[in-house]
Amino acid sequence: MNILVVDDESDIQPLFRQRFRKEIKNGDVVLDFALSGEEAVRYLASGESEVVLILSDVNMPGMSGLELLRHIRESHGTAPPFVMMITAYGDETNYQQSMRLGANDFLTKPLDFTLLKEKLKDLDTHG
Amino acid sequence: MLIEPLFALILVNYLGKKVDPSHVDYDIRRYIVIGRYLAIALLILDVVADSLAINMAIRACVFVLLWLIYSRAELRVAKSLMFSMIPYFLLSLVSDVVELVSADFYDTYEYVFESANLFGLLWFGAMWFVNRSQRRALESERAKREAEETRSRIMAEMKVNLEAEVAQRTAELRQQKEALEETLAELTRTQAQLIQSEKMASLGELTAGIAHEIQNPLNFVNNFAEVSIELLDELKTGPLAHLSPDTAEDANDIIGDLTQNLEKINLHGKRADGIVKSMLQHSRISAGKKDETDINALADEYLRLSYHGLRAKDKAFNASMETDFAVDLHRIAVVPQDLGRVLLNLFNNAFYAVSEKKKDAPAGYIPRVTVATRNVQRADGGAAVEITVRDNGTGIPQTILDKIYQPFFTTKPTGQGTGLGLSMSYDIIHKAHGGEIRIDTVEGEYTVFTITIPA
Repeated sequence: MNILVVDDESDIQPLFRQRFRKEIKNGDVVLDFALSGEEAVRYLASGESEVVLILSDVNMPGMSGLELLRHIRESHGTAPPFVMMITAYGDETNYQQSMRLGANDFLTKPLDFTLLKEKLKDLDTHG
Repeated sequence: MLIEPLFALILVNYLGKKVDPSHVDYDIRRYIVIGRYLAIALLILDVVADSLAINMAIRACVFVLLWLIYSRAELRVAKSLMFSMIPYFLLSLVSDVVELVSADFYDTYEYVFESANLFGLLWFGAMWFVNRSQRRALESERAKREAEETRSRIMAEMKVNLEAEVAQRTAELRQQKEALEETLAELTRTQAQLIQSEKMASLGELTAGIAHEIQNPLNFVNNFAEVSIELLDELKTGPLAHLSPDTAEDANDIIGDLTQNLEKINLHGKRADGIVKSMLQHSRISAGKKDETDINALADEYLRLSYHGLRAKDKAFNASMETDFAVDLHRIAVVPQDLGRVLLNLFNNAFYAVSEKKKDAPAGYIPRVTVATRNVQRADGGAAVEITVRDNGTGIPQTILDKIYQPFFTTKPTGQGTGLGLSMSYDIIHKAHGGEIRIDTVEGEYTVFTITIPA
């Protein structure tokens, strides 16, 4: 499964790599990273790989996670990727807005990787 | 022929004009009228009968009149006029007597006597004139004095009026002053409240802002600590499993320590996370929906929740709970979860205070927490609900009273309280519900928190 993680915090990358060490080693998961919404859009447009899941932070400088979400929903006609938004704890407004813009799921910070892995398993089997 | 009756008539007329009948208890005017007729009669008698005896009789009558004027107080006004006539009367009497005794002598010195009589007349005329001008001067003086008296009476009246007015004005001013003082006191109180609530508001915002900023780095700390524990576990079961037993023991010891350290990092990170989450609840206040709520039920529910929560943590804990709910309590629009948090917080504090006091209290101390509700009227006349939470615990020292609503202010031991409970309660009551939270406490005796929420 090809996962694109969008977050302006670069330290999220080693965290994900370490958390998914086994899955990456086994070839179950391929992780790609983008440090901004714009970078994510470019990456998606290049079509280097078929991204199945996008994990995006909401609050980012420049293009926000919500704008990215809107962009994805507008431009991707066929086989749209699964999008999970990562919102801050207790951030009702962004949660509601993501919902309206068509996010598939939500994660709240701090990221619970056990929960995330379970969701990925569900996605793999059902989705 | 004599002039005396004419003088008598003048005197009687003068009396008739000047005598004040109100000063005597008999009808003086009648006597004056009689006197006038008598004088006229004497005048006529004098004209028709010119004899020495009649002259003497007329003189006697005139002297009687003079005597009356001289002796009677009520006739005194004519005294000066009478005195001006006396020289003439005497001179006239003397000339007549001299004529009677020695007509020769009289004849010889007739011009002397006549001059004397003339002098008497002139004297009378001059005196009368002087008297008149004196009288006029006196009258004008009297008129002046009367005017002055009138003026001073008016002045006195005005003074009285003025004094009454001044007194009235003074009373008004005093009333105004008191009203102003009251308003000023009220304003000062309001200002203090405003400053306090502004301080709390900015502190709340600051708190939420800080919490938000700390959250992300803290998440990294926790996540990296967790993933490192996992990695160490993998290391232990993976590559290190092939080491020789001696080295493996050493390695395992170190890995054990590392794991423990990471667990500590994670534990304290989680603790910080808990604090950050409470801080963030500040910013979530007033997001909730207000519903008409049965405050009695809410208070009862959270009282039990608090009590059983503490009992679960500490089996030895015990306190008597009392409720005094107004049965006809207004249903008011509140955010139930938020008000619940406030009540829970107050109950927890109350139970904590009584359990702390019980530790050192003599036997017989009964820890007691009471919650009461009642309908009240606000200062502006609007209806409101009052919730009172009372405990007979340790109380709060005066020195820290103004700090208790500040975020992170706590008297509990480290790790037991975040110091955010009352700060949040303050925000919930003041900002989200437009209410008021007040405290009354005596150190070592009791603490009473009173919440007022407008209906």
